[in-house]
Amino acid sequence: MERLFTYLQYPFVRYALIVGVLIALCSSLLGVTLVLKRFSFIGDGLSHVAFGGIAIAGVLNVSNDMLVVLPVTVISAVLLLRTGQNKKIRGDAAIAMISVAALAFGYLLMNMFPTSSNLSGDVCSTLFGSTSILTLSIREVWLCIVLAAAVLAMYVLYYNRIFAVTFDESFAQACGTKADRYNLLIAVITAVIIVLAMNLVGSLLCSALIIFPALSAMRLYHSFRNVTIASAVLGVVSALAGLILAILTDLPVGSAIVAVQVLVFGICCILEKHI
Amino acid sequence: MTKTKKETLLDVKDVSLGYEDGAIIEHLSFTVQAGDYLCIVGENGSGKTTLMKTLLGLQEPLAGTIERSAALKDNAIGWLPQQTVVQRDFPASVREIVLSGCLNRTGRYPFYRKEEKERADRAMARLGITHLKDRCYRELSGGQQQRVLLARALCAAEQVLLLDEPVTGLDPKVSMELYEMIRQLNRSGITIIMISHDIASAVQEATHILHIGQNIFFGTKEAYTNSRMGKYFLGTEESGE
Repeated sequence: MERLFTYLQYPFVRYALIVGVLIALCSSLLGVTLVLKRFSFIGDGLSHVAFGGIAIAGVLNVSNDMLVVLPVTVISAVLLLRTGQNKKIRGDAAIAMISVAALAFGYLLMNMFPTSSNLSGDVCSTLFGSTSILTLSIREVWLCIVLAAAVLAMYVLYYNRIFAVTFDESFAQACGTKADRYNLLIAVITAVIIVLAMNLVGSLLCSALIIFPALSAMRLYHSFRNVTIASAVLGVVSALAGLILAILTDLPVGSAIVAVQVLVFGICCILEKHI
Repeated sequence: MTKTKKETLLDVKDVSLGYEDGAIIEHLSFTVQAGDYLCIVGENGSGKTTLMKTLLGLQEPLAGTIERSAALKDNAIGWLPQQTVVQRDFPASVREIVLSGCLNRTGRYPFYRKEEKERADRAMARLGITHLKDRCYRELSGGQQQRVLLARALCAAEQVLLLDEPVTGLDPKVSMELYEMIRQLNRSGITIIMISHDIASAVQEATHILHIGQNIFFGTKEAYTNSRMGKYFLGTEESGE
Protein backbone atom coordinates (compact mmCIF):
# COMPACT_ATOMS: atom_id res chain seq x y z
CA MET A 1 0.00 0.00 0.00
CA GLU A 2 2.77 2.33 0.98
CA ARG A 3 4.52 1.51 -2.26
CA LEU A 4 1.41 2.49 -4.15
CA PHE A 5 1.34 5.91 -2.53
CA THR A 6 5.01 6.42 -3.30
CA TYR A 7 4.27 5.61 -6.92
CA LEU A 8 1.28 7.95 -6.96
CA GLN A 9 3.58 10.86 -6.28
CA TYR A 10 5.02 10.47 -9.76
CA PRO A 11 2.98 12.40 -12.29
CA PHE A 12 3.36 9.70 -14.97
CA VAL A 13 1.64 7.17 -12.71
CA ARG A 14 -1.22 9.58 -12.05
CA TYR A 15 -1.53 10.30 -15.79
CA ALA A 16 -1.65 6.60 -16.53
CA LEU A 17 -4.41 6.08 -13.97
CA ILE A 18 -6.49 9.03 -15.24
CA VAL A 19 -6.17 8.01 -18.88
CA GLY A 20 -6.74 4.36 -18.07
CA VAL A 21 -9.96 5.07 -16.19
CA LEU A 22 -11.30 7.38 -18.90
CA ILE A 23 -10.59 4.93 -21.69
CA ALA A 24 -12.13 2.07 -19.75
CA LEU A 25 -15.22 4.17 -19.01
CA CYS A 26 -15.83 5.12 -22.64
CA SER A 27 -15.15 1.69 -24.06
CA SER A 28 -17.33 -0.11 -21.55
CA LEU A 29 -20.27 2.24 -22.25
CA LEU A 30 -19.99 1.71 -25.95
CA GLY A 31 -19.43 -2.01 -25.47
CA VAL A 32 -23.04 -2.51 -24.38
CA THR A 33 -24.33 -1.30 -27.73
CA LEU A 34 -21.69 -3.09 -29.77
CA VAL A 35 -22.23 -6.44 -28.05
CA LEU A 36 -26.01 -6.17 -28.35
CA LYS A 37 -25.84 -5.16 -31.99
CA ARG A 38 -23.65 -8.22 -32.63
CA PHE A 39 -20.75 -5.95 -33.49
CA SER A 40 -18.27 -7.32 -30.96
CA PHE A 41 -15.81 -8.15 -33.68
CA ILE A 42 -15.76 -4.66 -35.09
CA GLY A 43 -13.60 -3.59 -32.17
CA ASP A 44 -11.20 -6.37 -32.92
CA GLY A 45 -11.08 -5.62 -36.63
CA LEU A 46 -10.59 -1.91 -36.07
CA SER A 47 -7.74 -2.43 -33.65
CA HIS A 48 -5.90 -4.39 -36.33
CA VAL A 49 -6.57 -1.61 -38.77
CA ALA A 50 -5.12 0.81 -36.25
CA PHE A 51 -2.01 -1.39 -36.13
CA GLY A 52 -1.71 -1.00 -39.88
CA GLY A 53 -2.19 2.73 -39.39
CA ILE A 54 0.70 2.87 -36.97
CA ALA A 55 2.92 1.09 -39.49
CA ILE A 56 1.99 3.63 -42.17
CA ALA A 57 2.65 6.47 -39.76
CA GLY A 58 6.07 4.97 -39.05
CA VAL A 59 6.92 4.73 -42.74
CA LEU A 60 5.74 8.25 -43.47
CA ASN A 61 7.76 9.38 -40.48
CA VAL A 62 4.88 11.37 -39.07
CA SER A 63 5.77 12.81 -35.70
CA ASN A 64 2.31 12.25 -34.24
CA ASP A 65 0.92 8.77 -34.95
CA MET A 66 -2.59 9.93 -34.15
CA LEU A 67 -2.77 12.06 -37.29
CA VAL A 68 -2.61 8.96 -39.45
CA VAL A 69 -4.09 6.31 -37.22
CA LEU A 70 -7.28 8.14 -36.26
CA PRO A 71 -8.51 8.98 -39.78
CA VAL A 72 -7.57 5.53 -41.12
CA THR A 73 -9.46 3.81 -38.32
CA VAL A 74 -12.51 6.08 -38.58
CA ILE A 75 -12.76 5.49 -42.33
CA SER A 76 -12.47 1.74 -41.85
CA ALA A 77 -15.17 1.83 -39.19
CA VAL A 78 -17.56 3.58 -41.55
CA LEU A 79 -16.73 1.16 -44.36
CA LEU A 80 -17.21 -1.86 -42.10
CA LEU A 81 -20.64 -0.71 -41.01
CA ARG A 82 -21.59 -0.10 -44.62
CA THR A 83 -20.58 -3.57 -45.74
CA GLY A 84 -22.52 -4.95 -42.81
CA GLN A 85 -25.62 -3.98 -44.75
CA ASN A 86 -24.24 -5.22 -48.04
CA LYS A 87 -25.56 -8.62 -49.02
CA LYS A 88 -22.58 -9.70 -51.12
CA ILE A 89 -19.94 -9.63 -48.41
CA ARG A 90 -21.37 -10.45 -45.03
CA GLY A 91 -20.40 -8.24 -42.14
CA ASP A 92 -18.37 -10.82 -40.26
CA ALA A 93 -16.45 -11.86 -43.36
CA ALA A 94 -15.69 -8.23 -44.15
CA ILE A 95 -14.31 -7.67 -40.67
CA ALA A 96 -12.14 -10.79 -40.86
CA MET A 97 -10.82 -9.70 -44.27
CA ILE A 98 -9.99 -6.17 -43.28
CA SER A 99 -8.44 -7.07 -39.97
CA VAL A 100 -6.00 -9.74 -41.21
CA ALA A 101 -5.17 -7.68 -44.28
CA ALA A 102 -4.32 -4.68 -42.10
CA LEU A 103 -2.16 -6.83 -39.81
CA ALA A 104 -0.27 -8.37 -42.72
CA PHE A 105 0.32 -5.11 -44.56
CA GLY A 106 1.26 -3.37 -41.35
CA TYR A 107 3.91 -5.94 -40.56
CA LEU A 108 5.17 -5.94 -44.15
CA LEU A 109 5.54 -2.17 -44.12
CA MET A 110 7.33 -2.25 -40.80
CA ASN A 111 9.80 -4.78 -42.21
CA MET A 112 10.32 -2.99 -45.50
CA PHE A 113 10.95 0.38 -43.89
CA PRO A 114 12.29 -0.35 -40.44
CA THR A 115 12.30 2.76 -38.28
CA SER A 116 14.30 1.35 -35.40
CA SER A 117 16.75 -1.47 -34.86
CA ASN A 118 14.44 -3.34 -32.54
CA LEU A 119 11.66 -4.26 -34.94
CA SER A 120 10.20 -7.22 -33.08
CA GLY A 121 10.17 -5.15 -29.90
CA ASP A 122 8.20 -2.44 -31.69
CA VAL A 123 5.71 -4.90 -33.08
CA CYS A 124 5.27 -6.64 -29.77
CA SER A 125 4.62 -3.41 -27.91
CA THR A 126 2.13 -2.24 -30.54
CA LEU A 127 0.25 -5.51 -30.37
CA PHE A 128 0.24 -6.13 -26.66
CA GLY A 129 0.51 -2.65 -25.27
CA SER A 130 3.74 -1.19 -24.15
CA THR A 131 4.93 1.07 -21.44
CA SER A 132 3.55 3.93 -23.54
CA ILE A 133 0.77 4.37 -21.02
CA LEU A 134 3.49 5.25 -18.51
CA THR A 135 5.21 7.72 -20.81
CA LEU A 136 2.23 9.95 -21.56
CA SER A 137 2.85 13.64 -21.86
CA ILE A 138 0.49 16.14 -20.28
CA ARG A 139 -0.71 17.05 -23.78
CA GLU A 140 -1.73 13.50 -24.50
CA VAL A 141 -3.53 13.33 -21.18
CA TRP A 142 -5.55 16.43 -22.08
CA LEU A 143 -6.34 15.09 -25.51
CA CYS A 144 -7.63 11.95 -23.87
CA ILE A 145 -9.72 13.91 -21.36
CA VAL A 146 -11.30 16.01 -24.10
CA LEU A 147 -12.10 13.03 -26.31
CA ALA A 148 -13.48 11.06 -23.38
CA ALA A 149 -15.65 14.01 -22.32
CA ALA A 150 -16.99 14.31 -25.85
CA VAL A 151 -17.81 10.60 -26.00
CA LEU A 152 -19.51 10.74 -22.60
CA ALA A 153 -21.56 13.81 -23.47
CA MET A 154 -22.65 12.25 -26.73
CA TYR A 155 -23.61 9.04 -24.97
CA VAL A 156 -25.73 10.78 -22.35
CA LEU A 157 -27.45 13.08 -24.84
CA TYR A 158 -28.22 10.33 -27.31
CA TYR A 159 -28.81 7.60 -24.74
CA ASN A 160 -32.50 7.12 -25.58
CA ARG A 161 -31.83 7.13 -29.28
CA ILE A 162 -28.94 4.72 -28.93
CA PHE A 163 -31.24 2.41 -27.01
CA ALA A 164 -33.94 2.61 -29.67
CA VAL A 165 -31.53 2.02 -32.54
CA THR A 166 -29.83 -0.84 -30.71
CA PHE A 167 -33.05 -2.58 -29.76
CA ASP A 168 -34.89 -2.23 -33.04
CA GLU A 169 -33.27 -0.34 -35.85
CA SER A 170 -36.12 -0.72 -38.36
CA PHE A 171 -38.76 0.39 -35.88
CA ALA A 172 -36.74 3.45 -34.94
CA GLN A 173 -36.35 4.22 -38.62
CA ALA A 174 -40.06 3.80 -39.30
CA CYS A 175 -40.72 6.28 -36.48
CA GLY A 176 -38.54 8.86 -38.12
CA THR A 177 -35.27 8.35 -36.24
CA LYS A 178 -32.35 8.62 -38.59
CA ALA A 179 -30.90 5.23 -37.69
CA ASP A 180 -28.09 5.48 -40.26
CA ARG A 181 -26.85 8.61 -38.62
CA TYR A 182 -26.64 6.93 -35.22
CA ASN A 183 -24.91 3.89 -36.68
CA LEU A 184 -22.37 6.23 -38.18
CA LEU A 185 -21.97 8.00 -34.85
CA ILE A 186 -21.44 4.67 -33.10
CA ALA A 187 -18.86 3.64 -35.71
CA VAL A 188 -16.92 6.88 -35.37
CA ILE A 189 -16.94 6.78 -31.57
CA THR A 190 -15.81 3.15 -31.67
CA ALA A 191 -12.88 4.06 -33.88
CA VAL A 192 -11.86 6.94 -31.60
CA ILE A 193 -12.04 4.73 -28.52
CA ILE A 194 -10.04 1.94 -30.17
CA VAL A 195 -7.26 4.34 -31.06
CA LEU A 196 -7.20 5.68 -27.49
CA ALA A 197 -7.39 2.20 -26.00
CA MET A 198 -4.42 1.01 -28.03
CA ASN A 199 -2.21 3.17 -25.85
CA LEU A 200 -3.50 1.36 -22.85
CA VAL A 201 -3.58 -2.30 -23.76
CA GLY A 202 -2.20 -2.61 -27.28
CA SER A 203 -4.03 -3.42 -30.46
CA LEU A 204 -4.57 -7.15 -29.95
CA LEU A 205 -6.15 -6.72 -26.56
CA CYS A 206 -8.17 -3.54 -26.88
CA SER A 207 -11.42 -5.17 -27.93
CA ALA A 208 -11.37 -6.84 -24.50
CA LEU A 209 -11.91 -3.40 -22.95
CA ILE A 210 -15.04 -3.03 -25.04
CA ILE A 211 -16.71 -6.40 -24.69
CA PHE A 212 -15.85 -7.76 -21.24
CA PRO A 213 -17.52 -5.13 -19.00
CA ALA A 214 -20.70 -5.27 -21.09
CA LEU A 215 -20.83 -9.07 -21.03
CA SER A 216 -20.20 -9.14 -17.29
CA ALA A 217 -22.92 -6.55 -16.65
CA MET A 218 -25.39 -8.51 -18.75
CA ARG A 219 -24.92 -11.52 -16.47
CA LEU A 220 -26.18 -9.51 -13.52
CA TYR A 221 -28.69 -6.93 -14.72
CA HIS A 222 -31.80 -7.06 -16.84
CA SER A 223 -32.58 -3.52 -17.85
CA PHE A 224 -30.63 -1.52 -20.38
CA ARG A 225 -29.99 1.33 -17.97
CA ASN A 226 -28.65 -0.92 -15.24
CA VAL A 227 -26.52 -2.88 -17.68
CA THR A 228 -25.04 0.36 -18.99
CA ILE A 229 -24.24 1.70 -15.52
CA ALA A 230 -22.88 -1.64 -14.29
CA SER A 231 -20.76 -1.98 -17.40
CA ALA A 232 -19.21 1.43 -16.82
CA VAL A 233 -18.53 0.66 -13.16
CA LEU A 234 -17.05 -2.77 -13.86
CA GLY A 235 -14.94 -1.36 -16.70
CA VAL A 236 -13.49 1.39 -14.52
CA VAL A 237 -12.88 -0.87 -11.52
CA SER A 238 -11.14 -3.57 -13.55
CA ALA A 239 -9.00 -1.02 -15.36
CA LEU A 240 -7.93 0.56 -12.06
CA ALA A 241 -7.24 -2.81 -10.46
CA GLY A 242 -5.30 -3.99 -13.49
CA LEU A 243 -3.24 -0.79 -13.68
CA ILE A 244 -2.35 -0.88 -9.99
CA LEU A 245 -1.52 -4.57 -10.21
CA ALA A 246 0.72 -3.94 -13.19
CA ILE A 247 2.49 -1.00 -11.57
CA LEU A 248 3.10 -2.84 -8.31
CA THR A 249 4.23 -6.12 -9.82
CA ASP A 250 5.96 -4.74 -12.90
CA LEU A 251 3.78 -6.80 -15.24
CA PRO A 252 2.57 -5.57 -18.65
CA VAL A 253 -0.37 -3.17 -18.20
CA GLY A 254 -2.57 -4.46 -21.03
CA SER A 255 -2.56 -8.10 -20.10
CA ALA A 256 -3.02 -7.28 -16.42
CA ILE A 257 -6.18 -5.27 -17.14
CA VAL A 258 -7.61 -7.92 -19.44
CA ALA A 259 -6.79 -10.65 -16.92
CA VAL A 260 -8.72 -8.74 -14.24
CA GLN A 261 -11.64 -8.33 -16.65
CA VAL A 262 -11.74 -12.05 -17.39
CA LEU A 263 -11.72 -12.68 -13.65
CA VAL A 264 -14.61 -10.21 -13.13
CA PHE A 265 -16.54 -11.91 -15.91
CA GLY A 266 -16.03 -15.26 -14.20
CA ILE A 267 -17.26 -13.87 -10.89
CA CYS A 268 -20.34 -12.38 -12.57
CA CYS A 269 -21.13 -15.73 -14.19
CA ILE A 270 -20.97 -17.43 -10.81
CA LEU A 271 -23.07 -14.69 -9.18
CA GLU A 272 -25.69 -15.00 -11.91
CA LYS A 273 -26.33 -18.62 -11.00
CA HIS A 274 -26.80 -17.75 -7.34
CA ILE A 275 -29.18 -14.82 -7.74
CA MET B 1 -70.42 7.73 -32.21
CA THR B 2 -70.72 6.21 -35.69
CA LYS B 3 -69.19 8.40 -38.29
CA THR B 4 -71.28 8.84 -41.37
CA LYS B 5 -68.36 9.59 -43.61
CA LYS B 6 -65.12 7.80 -42.98
CA GLU B 7 -61.86 9.58 -43.40
CA THR B 8 -59.49 8.06 -45.94
CA LEU B 9 -56.14 7.53 -44.26
CA LEU B 10 -54.18 5.89 -47.03
CA ASP B 11 -54.86 6.01 -50.72
CA VAL B 12 -52.59 3.75 -52.74
CA LYS B 13 -52.90 4.38 -56.46
CA ASP B 14 -51.49 2.15 -59.19
CA VAL B 15 -48.33 1.44 -57.27
CA SER B 16 -45.49 -0.82 -58.38
CA LEU B 17 -43.24 -2.21 -55.70
CA GLY B 18 -39.95 -4.01 -55.73
CA TYR B 19 -36.25 -3.44 -56.04
CA GLU B 20 -34.12 -1.97 -58.78
CA ASP B 21 -33.82 -5.28 -60.58
CA GLY B 22 -37.53 -5.78 -60.99
CA ALA B 23 -41.01 -5.14 -59.68
CA ILE B 24 -42.65 -7.71 -57.42
CA ILE B 25 -46.11 -6.17 -57.52
CA GLU B 26 -47.53 -3.98 -60.24
CA HIS B 27 -50.67 -1.85 -60.54
CA LEU B 28 -51.65 -2.13 -56.92
CA SER B 29 -54.46 0.14 -55.74
CA PHE B 30 -56.33 0.15 -52.47
CA THR B 31 -57.54 2.51 -49.78
CA VAL B 32 -57.56 2.35 -46.02
CA GLN B 33 -60.24 4.27 -44.15
CA ALA B 34 -60.35 5.19 -40.51
CA GLY B 35 -61.59 2.29 -38.41
CA ASP B 36 -60.87 -0.37 -41.02
CA TYR B 37 -59.35 -3.71 -40.17
CA LEU B 38 -57.42 -4.62 -43.28
CA CYS B 39 -55.67 -7.93 -43.69
CA ILE B 40 -52.95 -8.24 -46.30
CA VAL B 41 -52.56 -11.86 -47.29
CA GLY B 42 -50.44 -13.60 -49.87
CA GLU B 43 -47.93 -16.37 -50.28
CA ASN B 44 -44.30 -16.04 -49.26
CA GLY B 45 -42.45 -13.92 -51.76
CA SER B 46 -45.59 -12.18 -52.98
CA GLY B 47 -44.30 -8.84 -51.72
CA LYS B 48 -46.04 -8.46 -48.38
CA THR B 49 -42.88 -7.30 -46.66
CA THR B 50 -42.04 -4.90 -49.46
CA LEU B 51 -45.53 -3.43 -49.31
CA MET B 52 -45.22 -3.04 -45.56
CA LYS B 53 -41.89 -1.25 -45.84
CA THR B 54 -43.36 1.07 -48.43
CA LEU B 55 -46.36 1.90 -46.26
CA LEU B 56 -43.98 2.66 -43.41
CA GLY B 57 -41.94 4.95 -45.61
CA LEU B 58 -38.80 2.82 -45.36
CA GLN B 59 -38.83 2.25 -49.09
CA GLU B 60 -40.03 4.25 -52.08
CA PRO B 61 -42.49 2.76 -54.58
CA LEU B 62 -41.12 2.23 -58.11
CA ALA B 63 -44.19 3.85 -59.63
CA GLY B 64 -47.57 5.20 -58.57
CA THR B 65 -48.50 7.32 -55.58
CA ILE B 66 -49.39 6.77 -51.95
CA GLU B 67 -51.44 9.57 -50.48
CA ARG B 68 -51.54 9.90 -46.73
CA SER B 69 -54.14 11.87 -44.85
CA ALA B 70 -52.99 14.97 -43.01
CA ALA B 71 -53.28 13.18 -39.69
CA LEU B 72 -50.99 10.41 -40.88
CA LYS B 73 -48.32 12.74 -42.11
CA ASP B 74 -47.51 14.09 -38.66
CA ASN B 75 -47.83 10.78 -36.94
CA ALA B 76 -45.99 7.74 -38.07
CA ILE B 77 -47.80 4.44 -38.40
CA GLY B 78 -47.44 2.31 -35.28
CA TRP B 79 -45.59 -0.78 -36.32
CA LEU B 80 -45.43 -4.22 -34.79
CA PRO B 81 -42.45 -5.75 -36.56
CA GLN B 82 -41.43 -9.38 -36.43
CA GLN B 83 -38.94 -10.12 -33.72
CA THR B 84 -35.28 -10.00 -34.59
CA VAL B 85 -32.56 -12.29 -33.28
CA VAL B 86 -31.03 -9.36 -31.42
CA GLN B 87 -34.16 -8.84 -29.34
CA ARG B 88 -34.46 -12.36 -28.03
CA ASP B 89 -31.73 -11.95 -25.43
CA PHE B 90 -31.78 -8.19 -25.10
CA PRO B 91 -31.42 -6.90 -21.55
CA ALA B 92 -34.15 -4.28 -21.37
CA SER B 93 -37.10 -3.71 -19.09
CA VAL B 94 -40.61 -3.63 -20.49
CA ARG B 95 -40.93 0.03 -19.58
CA GLU B 96 -37.75 0.98 -21.44
CA ILE B 97 -39.01 -0.70 -24.59
CA VAL B 98 -42.50 0.79 -24.46
CA LEU B 99 -41.04 4.21 -23.77
CA SER B 100 -38.80 3.93 -26.83
CA GLY B 101 -41.99 4.12 -28.90
CA CYS B 102 -42.36 7.73 -27.73
CA LEU B 103 -39.05 8.74 -29.21
CA ASN B 104 -40.61 10.47 -32.21
CA ARG B 105 -42.49 12.76 -29.81
CA THR B 106 -39.46 14.14 -28.06
CA GLY B 107 -38.26 16.12 -31.06
CA ARG B 108 -34.81 17.47 -30.45
CA TYR B 109 -35.08 17.15 -26.68
CA PRO B 110 -32.74 14.36 -25.62
CA PHE B 111 -34.77 12.86 -22.77
CA TYR B 112 -38.32 11.67 -22.12
CA ARG B 113 -40.60 14.20 -20.46
CA LYS B 114 -43.45 13.53 -18.09
CA GLU B 115 -46.02 13.43 -20.87
CA GLU B 116 -44.14 10.69 -22.73
CA LYS B 117 -43.80 8.66 -19.56
CA GLU B 118 -47.53 8.97 -18.91
CA ARG B 119 -48.20 7.98 -22.47
CA ALA B 120 -46.13 4.83 -22.04
CA ASP B 121 -47.96 4.05 -18.79
CA ARG B 122 -51.32 4.43 -20.55
CA ALA B 123 -50.24 2.14 -23.39
CA MET B 124 -49.10 -0.50 -20.92
CA ALA B 125 -52.38 -0.26 -19.01
CA ARG B 126 -54.35 -0.59 -22.24
CA LEU B 127 -52.61 -3.85 -23.09
CA GLY B 128 -52.71 -5.17 -19.55
CA ILE B 129 -48.96 -5.34 -19.03
CA THR B 130 -48.56 -2.72 -16.31
CA HIS B 131 -47.61 -5.43 -13.80
CA LEU B 132 -44.74 -6.48 -16.06
CA LYS B 133 -43.24 -3.05 -16.40
CA ASP B 134 -39.99 -3.74 -14.53
CA ARG B 135 -39.58 -7.25 -15.84
CA CYS B 136 -36.87 -8.12 -18.30
CA TYR B 137 -38.11 -8.44 -21.87
CA ARG B 138 -36.17 -11.61 -22.65
CA GLU B 139 -37.77 -13.45 -19.72
CA LEU B 140 -41.33 -12.89 -20.95
CA SER B 141 -43.40 -15.40 -22.88
CA GLY B 142 -43.95 -14.93 -26.61
CA GLY B 143 -47.45 -13.54 -26.13
CA GLN B 144 -46.30 -11.08 -23.47
CA GLN B 145 -43.45 -9.92 -25.71
CA GLN B 146 -45.93 -9.22 -28.51
CA ARG B 147 -48.04 -7.14 -26.11
CA VAL B 148 -44.98 -5.14 -25.14
CA LEU B 149 -44.20 -4.41 -28.77
CA LEU B 150 -47.86 -3.56 -29.40
CA ALA B 151 -47.74 -1.08 -26.52
CA ARG B 152 -44.62 0.43 -28.07
CA ALA B 153 -46.44 0.73 -31.40
CA LEU B 154 -49.35 2.46 -29.62
CA CYS B 155 -46.91 4.97 -28.16
CA ALA B 156 -45.62 5.79 -31.61
CA ALA B 157 -49.04 6.32 -33.18
CA GLU B 158 -52.61 6.08 -32.05
CA GLN B 159 -54.46 6.08 -35.35
CA VAL B 160 -53.03 3.24 -37.38
CA LEU B 161 -51.24 0.09 -36.36
CA LEU B 162 -49.43 -2.06 -38.87
CA LEU B 163 -48.92 -5.60 -37.61
CA ASP B 164 -46.49 -7.94 -39.31
CA GLU B 165 -47.51 -11.57 -38.77
CA PRO B 166 -48.32 -10.90 -35.12
CA VAL B 167 -49.10 -14.49 -34.12
CA THR B 168 -46.05 -16.18 -35.64
CA GLY B 169 -44.57 -18.61 -33.15
CA LEU B 170 -47.40 -18.27 -30.63
CA ASP B 171 -49.46 -21.24 -29.50
CA PRO B 172 -53.15 -21.32 -30.50
CA LYS B 173 -54.53 -20.08 -27.18
CA VAL B 174 -52.14 -17.14 -26.97
CA SER B 175 -52.80 -16.37 -30.64
CA MET B 176 -56.52 -16.16 -29.91
CA GLU B 177 -55.91 -13.83 -27.00
CA LEU B 178 -53.75 -11.60 -29.16
CA TYR B 179 -56.40 -11.51 -31.91
CA GLU B 180 -58.94 -10.57 -29.26
CA MET B 181 -56.66 -7.78 -28.05
CA ILE B 182 -56.27 -6.47 -31.60
CA ARG B 183 -60.05 -6.65 -32.11
CA GLN B 184 -60.54 -4.54 -28.98
CA LEU B 185 -58.05 -1.96 -30.20
CA ASN B 186 -59.88 -1.85 -33.52
CA ARG B 187 -63.23 -1.36 -31.78
CA SER B 188 -61.82 1.53 -29.80
CA GLY B 189 -61.20 3.32 -33.09
CA ILE B 190 -57.72 2.29 -34.13
CA THR B 191 -57.25 1.34 -37.75
CA ILE B 192 -55.52 -1.99 -38.13
CA ILE B 193 -53.46 -3.20 -41.06
CA MET B 194 -52.34 -6.76 -40.51
CA ILE B 195 -50.02 -8.82 -42.64
CA SER B 196 -50.69 -12.51 -42.41
CA HIS B 197 -50.25 -15.73 -44.29
CA ASP B 198 -53.10 -17.33 -42.37
CA ILE B 199 -56.00 -16.56 -44.70
CA ALA B 200 -58.62 -18.35 -42.61
CA SER B 201 -58.14 -16.26 -39.48
CA ALA B 202 -57.59 -13.14 -41.58
CA VAL B 203 -61.07 -13.55 -43.03
CA GLN B 204 -62.44 -14.16 -39.57
CA GLU B 205 -60.91 -11.01 -38.08
CA ALA B 206 -60.76 -8.39 -40.80
CA THR B 207 -63.27 -6.08 -42.41
CA HIS B 208 -61.26 -5.78 -45.62
CA ILE B 209 -58.90 -8.13 -47.44
CA LEU B 210 -56.04 -7.33 -49.76
CA HIS B 211 -54.74 -10.45 -51.42
CA ILE B 212 -51.52 -9.99 -53.34
CA GLY B 213 -49.79 -12.45 -55.60
CA GLN B 214 -50.31 -13.36 -59.22
CA ASN B 215 -53.81 -11.93 -58.99
CA ILE B 216 -54.65 -9.01 -56.77
CA PHE B 217 -57.89 -8.75 -54.86
CA PHE B 218 -59.02 -5.84 -52.75
CA GLY B 219 -62.40 -5.50 -51.17
CA THR B 220 -64.50 -6.22 -48.14
CA LYS B 221 -64.29 -9.53 -46.38
CA GLU B 222 -67.71 -10.51 -47.71
CA ALA B 223 -66.73 -9.81 -51.28
CA TYR B 224 -63.56 -11.83 -50.80
CA THR B 225 -65.29 -14.90 -49.44
CA ASN B 226 -67.67 -14.79 -52.41
CA SER B 227 -64.97 -14.25 -55.01
CA ARG B 228 -63.41 -17.11 -56.93
CA MET B 229 -60.03 -16.28 -55.50
CA GLY B 230 -61.32 -16.23 -51.97
CA LYS B 231 -63.20 -19.47 -52.40
CA TYR B 232 -60.13 -21.13 -53.83
CA PHE B 233 -57.80 -20.05 -51.07
CA LEU B 234 -60.32 -20.66 -48.33
CA GLY B 235 -60.93 -24.12 -49.71
CA THR B 236 -64.69 -23.60 -49.97
CA GLU B 237 -64.56 -24.49 -53.66
CA GLU B 238 -62.79 -27.55 -54.94
CA SER B 239 -61.55 -26.38 -58.33
CA GLY B 240 -59.79 -23.08 -58.46
CA GLU B 241 -57.53 -21.58 -61.02
